[in-house]
Amino acid sequence: MGLIWEGIKEALRLLFTLDPEVLKITLLSLKVSVLATLVSLFLGIGAGLLIALNRFPGKHLIISLVNTGMGLPPVVVGLFVTIMLWRNGPLGFFEILYTPTAIVIAQAIIATPIIAGISVAALQQLPPNLRLQILSLGATRRQLVWLLVQEARLPLLAAVMAGFGGVISEVGASIMVGGNIKGYSRVLTTATVMETSKGNFDVAIALSLILLLLAFSVNAVLTYLQQRKRPR
Amino acid sequence: MSAPILAVRALEVWRGSIQVLAIPSFTLQPGSVTALIGPNGSGKSTLLQTLASLIEPTAGAICFHGNPLQTRQERYLYRRRVTLVFQESLLFDATVRSNLGAGLKLHDSPRAERAKRVEEAAARFGITHLLDRSARNLSGGEAQRTSLARAFALGPEILFLDEPFSALDPPTREALIDDLARVLRETRTTVVLATHDQLEAMRLADVLAVMHQGRIAQLGGVAEVINHPVDEFVAAFVGMETVLDGMVIACSQGLFTASVGGTHVQALGEEALGAQVRVGVRPENVTLSLFQETCSSALNHFPGTITRIVPKGPYSKVELDCGFFLAALVTARSLEELNLREKSRVIASFKATAVHVLRK
Repeated sequence: MGLIWEGIKEALRLLFTLDPEVLKITLLSLKVSVLATLVSLFLGIGAGLLIALNRFPGKHLIISLVNTGMGLPPVVVGLFVTIMLWRNGPLGFFEILYTPTAIVIAQAIIATPIIAGISVAALQQLPPNLRLQILSLGATRRQLVWLLVQEARLPLLAAVMAGFGGVISEVGASIMVGGNIKGYSRVLTTATVMETSKGNFDVAIALSLILLLLAFSVNAVLTYLQQRKRPR
Repeated sequence: MSAPILAVRALEVWRGSIQVLAIPSFTLQPGSVTALIGPNGSGKSTLLQTLASLIEPTAGAICFHGNPLQTRQERYLYRRRVTLVFQESLLFDATVRSNLGAGLKLHDSPRAERAKRVEEAAARFGITHLLDRSARNLSGGEAQRTSLARAFALGPEILFLDEPFSALDPPTREALIDDLARVLRETRTTVVLATHDQLEAMRLADVLAVMHQGRIAQLGGVAEVINHPVDEFVAAFVGMETVLDGMVIACSQGLFTASVGGTHVQALGEEALGAQVRVGVRPENVTLSLFQETCSSALNHFPGTITRIVPKGPYSKVELDCGFFLAALVTARSLEELNLREKSRVIASFKATAVHVLRK
């Protein structure tokens, strides 16, 4: 219990003294995960719309693959991205391995199927004739897509929360492609792993609490957006 | 007859190797109300959605005001001038007011114009008090009123209705049909209504198209189709109910008399003198006798000649020529007791309460 109490006290100290290193790690975590979520939001909802609104052969197979991708192990993604970005790898010329950009790429690969999978389900649960109804009100293709996204906004925001939750808490891929370089690519999860392995449980607990607080804050904002302005 | 607002030629819709719709020709006159009736799976909804340009036909042409809809852009512009109301109300997760303005917003209608038309449409369907309510919390009837008002707010040149009342309970449905009939009289909107309820069709429509296996089995005026079905399918589907068109010549104390083909029919209701009415009599409400019964409470008695007797299990349907077509359903026992045969002369009677006023 003493260990936990010490950890909480250390966390509060680090938070209130605005420890520069912790602040930097926290901001980088937030930046990387928000960016990765935004990229996967664009790709995931886009893919979800394409899959849900079109009929094509192999649609069920694609949905199965996307659903499988929702449980993609981060270390597998980390390994794949590392190989791709390795100096001699196919994308090695970008020279972005062990940078925050590499973490964003890996995290986006993890979150995209999560957002795509939930988006497909969200769009498929809309009434089948809603699409025809919107078209018959004189909508363009773009207006149709926008209205469908609006109608599915509650589950779609849940998809965003699930995607963000998946990447902010992920450690395997971040450590593999980011390298946990102090002051450069160290994020909350990789720092927590490192501090734990060094036996610095108080700092590790502090970082974990900050991580929880961060996850809660972002989800609180998203929940507010999800639940606001619902007419009675 | 004016130029048709919509004309269809050699329309075909195929799903894979199955032909689901084959319409050689079909036209809509401006201001007309056409009912597509037929059993489930007869192609009513497919035809309606094809006419509304929501399904692209495999072959054939659809011409709006004489212009064929060929390109994607032409079909899109056409969809902005017509609209469709489904069986489900399909409202957006927003207020009733936002829902009524949704189509107008898609058309980039100015805010002030939109507000005005939303208010008008709400007033027409009696939902002004619901404008700020969430569409999610409406009853079935209120939701369908909202859906109809959303369509009328657009001022469509053609309104397609796909079984819009079938999910409603009977009292709600009756009230909504009455209101829709009034709005249609006021707006003179061209309507195509798909329904499997022939009474609903008779109350709203001028033209009936009976659909069977993706084809129009018969197309014509309501009375014509009901009283002169072209084949057994149509006859079975429309139930050969007697439908009579007439003019009100007297009305007092909740009872009116209409002149129908030279004879008089008495019915319950308050109607204006000179008003055109369409009335229907179900065959099971018509009784037959050899002489006029003095103690009968029926007000309508017509001598007629039996033209056909169709056995229907324990009953027989007797078709009569009374100067107009009249059908009666009698038991096999009565048929035998009265010794009814084709060309026999009988008196057909029905009560004033058995007369349904279908349309004014």
